[in-house]
Amino acid sequence: MSEVQTAADVVAVVLMLLGAFLCLTAGLGLVRFPDVLTRMHAGTKPQVLGVLLIMVGAAIRLQGWSATWMLLLVAVFQMLTAPVSAHMISRVAYRRRHVRRDRLLVDELRAETRPDRVYRGDEPADAPPEEPGQALAESRREDEAR
Amino acid sequence: MTVVYWLVYGLLGTGALLALVRLGLGPSLLDRVVATDTLLVIIAAGLAVHAGLERDPTVVPVLVVVSLLAFVGSVSVARYIGGMLLSSTGDGQDVGLPESAEERTARSLEVER
Repeated sequence: MSEVQTAADVVAVVLMLLGAFLCLTAGLGLVRFPDVLTRMHAGTKPQVLGVLLIMVGAAIRLQGWSATWMLLLVAVFQMLTAPVSAHMISRVAYRRRHVRRDRLLVDELRAETRPDRVYRGDEPADAPPEEPGQALAESRREDEAR
Repeated sequence: MTVVYWLVYGLLGTGALLALVRLGLGPSLLDRVVATDTLLVIIAAGLAVHAGLERDPTVVPVLVVVSLLAFVGSVSVARYIGGMLLSSTGDGQDVGLPESAEERTARSLEVER
C-alpha cells in the first residue's frame, strides 16, 4: 500500500513540476515576444496544458471525490473558455493594428481590392453607414431584375 | 519534499513575476489583458499546487472562481476595446484610435537603419 502511495506521490509531484515549468515559459514568452499575437501564443500555454497537468497532480494527491470533481470542472472550464477569449482578444488586436504585419507569413484578413464596409457587430454608435461591396450590390441588382 | 516546494513555487513565482513585468510595460491595453490572463492562470496553478502538496482541499472552490474571473475579465475588456473601433475608409483594415506602439517602434527602427 505504502509503495503505491509513494509512486502516486512521485507521479503527482512530477506533473506539478511540469505544469509549473510551463508557467515559467509563459512568463518568459510574455516578456520576450514582440506583439500581442505571439505573446498570447506564449501566455496561453499554461492555460490549457499547464492547468491540466497541475490539476491531474493535485487530483492524485487529494483524497475524496468532491475535490476531484471540482478540479475536473476547472479543467473543462479552462478548455472551453481559452479558445473564446483568445479569439476575441486576437480579433481586436488585429483590428486595432497591434499586430506586426511585417512579420506575418500569411495574412488572410487583409483586404486586397476595394474594401466592403460591413458592420461586424462591435461598431460605435456614430460609425459611418454600411457600404456593402460589389458582391452584395450585384446580388441586390439580380433580385430587383427578377 | 522541501526541494520540491522550493522548485515548484520558484517556477510559478518567476512566471508570475515575468507576467507582472509585461503587465507593467504594456505597451498596448491588449498586452496587459493577456498578461493579466496569464497571471490569473498562474495564481490558479499555485492554488492547485498548494492544495496538492498540503493535501488541503479547502482552496479548491477558489480555483473555480479564479478561472471564471480570468475568462470574464479578458472577454469583457476585449468587448470594451472592440466598441471603440472606428471603421476604416482606406485599406479595409479597421483603424484603432491611436497608432499601435509596435508598428511605431518598428518604423522608427527602420528609419534609424
